[in-house]
Amino acid sequence: MDIATHVFSALYQFGDAFAFLVLSACGLAVIFGMMGVINLAHGEFIMCGAYVTAATVHAGLPLPLGILAGTLVSALVGVVVELAVIRHLYDRPLDTIVATWGLSLIATQGTLIMVGSTMAGVGTPFGSFQVGDYSYSIYRIVLFCAALGVLAALYALFNWTRFGVLARATIQVPHMAAALGVDTRLIYSLTFACGAGLAGLAGGLYAPTMTLVPTMGATFIMEAFVTVVIGGADVFLGTAPAGGVLAVVKSVMTSWQGQLFGQIGLLVAVIIVVRVLPKGISGFVLRERT
Amino acid sequence: MTGFLAIFRRLEGPQTVGRGPAFWGLFALVLAAALAYPLFSDGYTVGNTVYFFVWVFIALSLCLIWGYGGSLSFGQTAFFGIAGYGYGVLTINFGSAYGFTLLALVIAVAIAALFAVLLGYFMFFGRIAGVFLGIVTLAVTLMLERFMAQTAGPEWHIGSARLNGFNGMSAMPPLTIPWPGEPIVLFADIGLYYLVLGLLVFVYLALRILMNSSFGNVIVAIRENPERAEMLGYDIRKYQLITFVIGAALAGLSGVLYTVWGQYITPSSMGMTAAALPLIWVAVGGRSDLTSTVIGTLVVLAAFQALTIYGSQYALVFMGVLLVLTVLIAPNGLVLGVMNWLGRIAARFTQRAG
Repeated sequence: MDIATHVFSALYQFGDAFAFLVLSACGLAVIFGMMGVINLAHGEFIMCGAYVTAATVHAGLPLPLGILAGTLVSALVGVVVELAVIRHLYDRPLDTIVATWGLSLIATQGTLIMVGSTMAGVGTPFGSFQVGDYSYSIYRIVLFCAALGVLAALYALFNWTRFGVLARATIQVPHMAAALGVDTRLIYSLTFACGAGLAGLAGGLYAPTMTLVPTMGATFIMEAFVTVVIGGADVFLGTAPAGGVLAVVKSVMTSWQGQLFGQIGLLVAVIIVVRVLPKGISGFVLRERT
Repeated sequence: MTGFLAIFRRLEGPQTVGRGPAFWGLFALVLAAALAYPLFSDGYTVGNTVYFFVWVFIALSLCLIWGYGGSLSFGQTAFFGIAGYGYGVLTINFGSAYGFTLLALVIAVAIAALFAVLLGYFMFFGRIAGVFLGIVTLAVTLMLERFMAQTAGPEWHIGSARLNGFNGMSAMPPLTIPWPGEPIVLFADIGLYYLVLGLLVFVYLALRILMNSSFGNVIVAIRENPERAEMLGYDIRKYQLITFVIGAALAGLSGVLYTVWGQYITPSSMGMTAAALPLIWVAVGGRSDLTSTVIGTLVVLAAFQALTIYGSQYALVFMGVLLVLTVLIAPNGLVLGVMNWLGRIAARFTQRAG
């Protein structure tokens, strides 16, 4: 064991934690950042993506297509949920939390009743490679690249497309955007669908790495919340750096004391950061800038 | 003496529904029925009723923090669990002699309150509000559940009490009142029923007095408009923290009584589902009033138990639907809506008579 393998191992663990945090949080962050709505059914959208991915792969389609299907189905479900429930609650943010929690309960139990307590998983593709004494999964590297890709795609979407401009206008001053002819309701629907789709994507990407159970959303949700709370309302200035910082905390604590202490480390980090920076990292950065 | 009477005048006021001889007459009637009830029922049903009553405390705590204070806390089950485990650890280590179980109850509730002081300090003095408060408290709750669920190994023990991981702790002694000759052991039937009923009436009336006092008015003012309350010179952080701690103590009391009732406590009593249920009771009942919270909790619990006979999975789906529909259609709660409607009818009736 020389220094290089240690460094590689640390980097690998950091990348793994970063990918998990960013992928599980970005859907939540888009919805919260754009609409101020915390979607407590976020974990269930992830679960939906994972289940659809697994089902399509079992039906014989290749994994990338399955992940795409998972993303699209989650986004569609997101549209339905927005139309049926979220739309009526924009002026009551606390009630959206409660309502989405109700949805989460319905989704978890509904899946349990309809699909059963577990679903056959998908094998992890690509195999593994050897560095020093340890072997590493190639798929984890793919996940890390996927996380970076998602961040880049979101940046492009919100900065370079017409939808992105309209969405940012709607967030800044909703009634002004509406007065200028922007269909803000449509923008909200699409944004919510985008967040739900990102959750589905996270589910699809992680489907090959974990057991598929109706409560699997709960494994993601704490990390997602923690990242969004620390990051604040902005996806690029918040979620990405928060993912970086928390990935360091998590990978260090995990390799020192195990998985659980990694999570406890996250929680303690959140409580302290929130005491110091109440608006999260992005709030801090934006305040410094102005 | 006049000061003492002034306290009782606070039993009714702007923050609580129900006033005048009609309401208190009904209250006395319900109380009398509750007192007489064990005489006409068997031990099992009475024990089951105790189980319902135990949950009312955590519902009241959520009503106080969320309904009156306006800060949505998902952490009530965390305090519930902390106090429940606290009672278990204390009584398994020190036994039940000399009325120690009663002391353990108080200590366990105090531990939960202390934890709330710590958590609440970081949250309220960090000025977290609104949705973030909900998320942080939820994260704490889930973390505690995961932590307790992995304590299965023999290395996880406090004194002689094993924490037992996912299976939870069991076989702690029930509440025991020291009595000359034979100590009175309160098993989960008539004895415990009267104790819990007494506590419930006490807590309900005390909360009515608290909410109609100047403290309660400030809490409601903070809910309505935090900035305004602050401009009027109130340190809202302190008021929110105190409310949070009182709520935590009530949730803790619920946890201890639950542990006493079934003589077990498991990590899943702090999980997602467990945390969702009090929210449903309070939201359906009517979160901004104590009476409707109590009624709503008992009604929804009874309905839930009746549905569970046909399958607890379907019952949970039903609860989720109920919650979503309540939020969409009757955001102030169903029971409160009905009570306000009855109140209006009564008012019209008395007007016409007068």
